[in-house]
Amino acid sequence: MIPLLAATYQSALHPAGKYAAEIKWLLTVFTIVASVVFVLTFGFFVVSLIRGRRNRMPDATDETARRSAKWVGGALGVTIVALFILLFASVVTGRALSHIYEPTERHVSVIGHQWWWEVSYDGPQADQIVLTANELHLPVGERVIVHLTSRDVIHSLWIPNLNGKRDLIPGKESTIAFQADKPGIYRAQCAEFCGMQHAMMGLVVVAEPKEKFDGWLAAQRMPSRSPVSIDEQKGQQIFMNTSCAMCHSIKGTSAGARTGPDLTHIGSRRTLAAGVISNTRGNLAGWVADAGGIKPGVLMPPNSLTPDELNALVVYLESLK
Amino acid sequence: MTDELLHAELSRTWHKPTGLWGWLTDNHHTTIGLRFIITAFFFFALGGVEALLMRTQLAKPGNTFIGPDLYNQLFTTHGSTMMFLFAVPVMEGIGLYFVPLMIGTRQMAFPRLNVFAYFSYLTGGLLLYWALFSNFGPDTGWFAYVPLSGPEYAPGKRVDVWAQMITFTEMSALAGAVNMIATIFKNRAPGMSLNRMPIFVWGQLVTAFMIIFAMPSVMVASSMLAADRLVATHYFNVAEGGDAILWQHLFWFFGHPEVYIIFIPGTAMLTTIIVTYAKRPVFGYTGMVLALIATGFVGFGVWVHHMFATGLPQIGASFFTASSILITIPTAFQIFAWITTLWHGKISFKPPVGYVFGFMFIFIMGGLTGVMLASVPIDLQVHDTFFVVAHLHYVLIGGAIFPLLGALYMWYPKFTGRLQNDALGWTSFALLFIGFNVTFFPMHLLGLLGMPRRVYTYLDTLGWGGMNFVATIGAYVMGLGVLLYVSNALLSLASGRVAGNNPWGAATLEWATASPPPPYNFLYLPTVRDRYPLWTNAPDQPVVVGVPSDKREILVTKLMDAEPDHLYETPQPSISPFLVSLGSAIGIITAIFTPWGVPLGFVLVALAMVAWFWPKPPHKELLEEQP
Repeated sequence: MIPLLAATYQSALHPAGKYAAEIKWLLTVFTIVASVVFVLTFGFFVVSLIRGRRNRMPDATDETARRSAKWVGGALGVTIVALFILLFASVVTGRALSHIYEPTERHVSVIGHQWWWEVSYDGPQADQIVLTANELHLPVGERVIVHLTSRDVIHSLWIPNLNGKRDLIPGKESTIAFQADKPGIYRAQCAEFCGMQHAMMGLVVVAEPKEKFDGWLAAQRMPSRSPVSIDEQKGQQIFMNTSCAMCHSIKGTSAGARTGPDLTHIGSRRTLAAGVISNTRGNLAGWVADAGGIKPGVLMPPNSLTPDELNALVVYLESLK
Repeated sequence: MTDELLHAELSRTWHKPTGLWGWLTDNHHTTIGLRFIITAFFFFALGGVEALLMRTQLAKPGNTFIGPDLYNQLFTTHGSTMMFLFAVPVMEGIGLYFVPLMIGTRQMAFPRLNVFAYFSYLTGGLLLYWALFSNFGPDTGWFAYVPLSGPEYAPGKRVDVWAQMITFTEMSALAGAVNMIATIFKNRAPGMSLNRMPIFVWGQLVTAFMIIFAMPSVMVASSMLAADRLVATHYFNVAEGGDAILWQHLFWFFGHPEVYIIFIPGTAMLTTIIVTYAKRPVFGYTGMVLALIATGFVGFGVWVHHMFATGLPQIGASFFTASSILITIPTAFQIFAWITTLWHGKISFKPPVGYVFGFMFIFIMGGLTGVMLASVPIDLQVHDTFFVVAHLHYVLIGGAIFPLLGALYMWYPKFTGRLQNDALGWTSFALLFIGFNVTFFPMHLLGLLGMPRRVYTYLDTLGWGGMNFVATIGAYVMGLGVLLYVSNALLSLASGRVAGNNPWGAATLEWATASPPPPYNFLYLPTVRDRYPLWTNAPDQPVVVGVPSDKREILVTKLMDAEPDHLYETPQPSISPFLVSLGSAIGIITAIFTPWGVPLGFVLVALAMVAWFWPKPPHKELLEEQP
């Protein structure tokens, strides 16, 4: 009853791709074998308690020992057979899963930061590389190899609906592959303890049909939209002239810092603060003004802007679809 | 000499000093053992309170009861406490108390080393809690992965405190292990050949060897980390050619055997409980011993299953899958042997039997989820999630804490001379058993439903609130169970029925003497002729004669068959172990702040060592050659 209340978009029990489905199958096999072993062993134990309680006196003769040895030997034999079945099932699944690393066209890079994900898609030219954050888009039915590394401490990328996890380790590159077979929005969360806000390091995974995905990618390749309204223009000026530009980049402007997430298309993202709050005007304003109030310990400093300035800045950022 | 005269003389010889001075100098193994146990339970209580605070925070999504900084300190301290300050020391303390009694001697091989081990342990624990209560407790997990715990991402002194706490407790564990091995090998009662040793003693022996091989790895690792932080070495600094994964190998090469260091004494206690209350010899003694030894060996070949997610070559990972599955076989044998023993026994249903029931239910389940974790694909889904939190508590609480609580109930009359209240004993067991399962069972599902470990809170929309709330209620029920268990023990100190030497009709030698044991343990040092001396010894079983009662002498016997070899005079109470401990403590704690702590510590320890090893005038009458 209670498990039904849990959401299904961050769950290993609700696979949306074939790797997660393979693992779920293996998990089912293990669970069934384990349940049988548990019921048998614990059943024998309970019977031994009942018998041991009824016995008039302990029985430790050689004859009993010989008979018991057969039983124990048999039980041990069954255990070993069960373990071999599990080992075999595990190796078979492991081999099936190892195909996911065969070469493919589609590559994405994910770089871990305290406490957000930098996501980048290669482009035909350097200025067409897509840089985004905390949102991973995948075309449905296509295998995607994700290259992982970290800029600071060890993180771990885990999209339970699609596959197991893989660590992001500074100084090393590792890879993992995903294939989403059902379109939908899934959620990932950092799985390796990475400091103060480990709990609030989420990633939105959008699996969409290929045409939609291509459209999204093409839009993301574009430089940022130029400010139009007065507020947007004012907002851009504030962005460039305050501390924002020291950490963030907006493609098509002079802001090119890589410390914080790229904001070229921040208006198109679903969430803020690494999958923690939804991307609404109020949340954005609150985040810009005092990120630490939402995620204590976050590396983004608070900004003392007047309400007008804050409003203009938020209007500008929102316009960056 | 009559019994009364002998008693008077032995009491004089083995007199326990009292007062503060006595507390600092007394080296009786029972005193030190009991002190280890009580101190460990003190830290257990603190670790339990930390767990309750964390469970309270997690009871509902987005809770603000405690913030991330404190939460991270709490889970780090909880893990470090339960592993380093509770589980290992309490098992060691019980070994220190009972091994000499079980093998029929009067003292450990190196009594002063015991004193040193205790004070090192105590200092390490106090250091950690001083830091926590001053709000600079370590906050990078009990595993302290680099680079998060390195100088760049963990400024301040929090991790240094953790690293030095490791130094203290591991030093203590190593000292205890060496002592345990020497005692078991050389101080057994005549006739107690290796194949007649109680299983409990075997468990302590295997554990001691595991400590000797496992602990240096974490001491080296934590010292390298401290050096990285204090004097800018670059062992783990990726930017300077160091390696972040090296830490994980060193840590888990210790970390996984550590689990068995806790679990093996637990199973050995379980055997003791079962034999005592089923009133028959354990089925398959040789197999049981081999199972313990096999677990001890294979336990060193499974550490990489903590690191599957780092991305290892598949062949390497398969090896560790196979070894992790293999390690279940010796434990499966033990479980079948216990069932057989009970099947043909005559069980008297006392609360310790409840804990056997708890062990079977909880540990078997934990062992089976352990097999799941050995499989790389499954592990990659559930690694670092609440599934693993559930698994590890099922194996450690089920496999070690339940046997421990059962065994302490069984041995309580030996410690105190009194029996506990059985009704309270059963009630506290029931609360612990139900509370445990209510707390930890839902966590399996939480992990599969995507909840990672070590999170101070979670989003409402993920729907984990219900099961977390249930788990929190379970945690409080467990807390109540512990409270009742301790109350029963405290109340029975004064009001329990007087127990006599052997209230359960048990078979091993610790029950052959008064409860609590006199400072000299046995009026006449016993001999044995099989594994269950109190069940089978003839009324005229010979005792050891010729051990002087006016000196603290013990009989040293040969390793294999325990034939008498020679007499050995154990040291009087002295302050020198405490001074060595104090000197090393000053050095180690100073080294948190400046590298000068290291030479300072060397000098202080060297001076104290001079006092420790100052030669004593030889006895006038040199000992005669023994037969």
